Amino acid sequence: MPSPVSAPNPPAVCLQRISRRFGEHQVLDELSLEIAPGEFVALLGASGSGKTTLLRALAGLDRIDGGELHAPAATATVFQEPRLMPWKRVRHNVALGVRRADAHQLALQALDEVGLSHRIDAYPATLSGGEAQRAALARGLVREPELFLLDEPFAALDALTRIRMHALLLELWRKHRPAVLLVTHDINEAILLADRVLVLVQGRIAEDVPVPWPRPRHQGEARFDTLRRHFLSLLGVPEADGAEHESADGADRRPHNTQET
Amino acid sequence: MRLALRYGRGGAAAGKTPPAGPPARLLNQLLLRGSSPLAILLIWELASRTGVLPAHILAAPSQIGSAFWNLLASGELLGHLLVSAGRSLAGVSIGVAGGITLALISGLSRAGEIAVDAPMQMLRTLPSLALVPLFILWLGVGEAMKISMIAFGTAFPIYLTLFSGIRGVEAKLVEAAKTLGLTRLELIRHVILPGALPTFFVGLRFSLGGSWLALVVVEQVNAVQGIGFLANDARDFARTDVIVVCLLIYSLLGLTVDVLVRALERWALAWRPSFLNNP
Repeated sequence: MPSPVSAPNPPAVCLQRISRRFGEHQVLDELSLEIAPGEFVALLGASGSGKTTLLRALAGLDRIDGGELHAPAATATVFQEPRLMPWKRVRHNVALGVRRADAHQLALQALDEVGLSHRIDAYPATLSGGEAQRAALARGLVREPELFLLDEPFAALDALTRIRMHALLLELWRKHRPAVLLVTHDINEAILLADRVLVLVQGRIAEDVPVPWPRPRHQGEARFDTLRRHFLSLLGVPEADGAEHESADGADRRPHNTQET
Repeated sequence: MRLALRYGRGGAAAGKTPPAGPPARLLNQLLLRGSSPLAILLIWELASRTGVLPAHILAAPSQIGSAFWNLLASGELLGHLLVSAGRSLAGVSIGVAGGITLALISGLSRAGEIAVDAPMQMLRTLPSLALVPLFILWLGVGEAMKISMIAFGTAFPIYLTLFSGIRGVEAKLVEAAKTLGLTRLELIRHVILPGALPTFFVGLRFSLGGSWLALVVVEQVNAVQGIGFLANDARDFARTDVIVVCLLIYSLLGLTVDVLVRALERWALAWRPSFLNNP
């Protein structure tokens, strides 16, 4: 856990001119980025802009072709799908790979923090979409990450559940203060949550916008709307007021879409 | 699934009968389901008694029943049954253990796959029962040959299904496990093997089915004990009643093992949605 920021703190994440190609396609193009300890950064980008590639590189799931990448060893990742092991009960999923004598106790504590203490013995197949994603958050949390990587974690949830999850994520972040990199293509989500919003266009960071407003933020505010329009134009979406809902994945895709508790 | 199907049919049949309380309805269903087999048995018995169906072709049901009783009472049947079950158990244990070992070797490493998979894929195309003559030459006509034949036939379904199960574990789960910092051993234990378990059970069913087939065949070869011997011996004396008893025993053995495997599957795969939704 990073201590509260004191002046010359080394960044939690430091990327220097990293590149990644897939065949002819330059997915990441000499991208540089720093994330301070405890900073909440959202990464916006259209499909194919390289945002998932960047996150996977940070998670250690993909190599990079060039440049330098420094990320903390204590990194946790939450994907768009919960990716829980279907054969393990929720608490065993959360404790999986935690190498501490009190792993089980920590798992229960983390599940309590995400509001799942009543589902600790459930199998993942019986969870609703929101519950499963809460369990995935708990599984990340229990590792006490210095860097929390979130790859469109709420994209597959219904709108109401997503609002609850936003609040939960902010609460967890405030309490544990990991650096967060939230990859999303939901502009509202980015502005609502992050200290800083990055816009990724063709493998480069096209814009780096701090959002210094206090939370909770509200979508009705004028500055919110201005910023949203700005991001829309950066992402190449022509202004069409009223009709836009920036999340491309609005529907809950999980089979057991029982009501969120 | 089979159970559900039966239940469905029974329910449809019960709909036609006048409404009654649950126990009476169950009785009605039983009578309805049992009426046709019962009629066949009656006709069969009648044909035997009137001489239309001579005993050297097929014994009467009553005769089969008394043969079964006599064999049971004398302890003869139990002795043969134990010998057959022992053979089968020995063969299946060796075959399943071998299949699992080979599948782990080739499923979990590239080098293992290169070494093991191609020969296994070639061997599996052999109809294993055609190997009896070769096994007799190598191992004689004793127990070693019989158990080896059963083991040989059992190993392949296990190998094939477990191998494909291991390779078929969802890549996204493996990736998630990597972000959790699991070691290779932990990955195998907590992710790959549990993920391969459902297909393993498919293989186990196939294996056990194959093992009965192998048992029947090898027990025809110079056996002096076992259900197959009993049937062969009965053939020499044209005792069709004893032959039918042996057939019934084989099918009962198969049924019992199937029930056991189902129970095991239900326990081991309790996490699957199909079991969770109708426990």
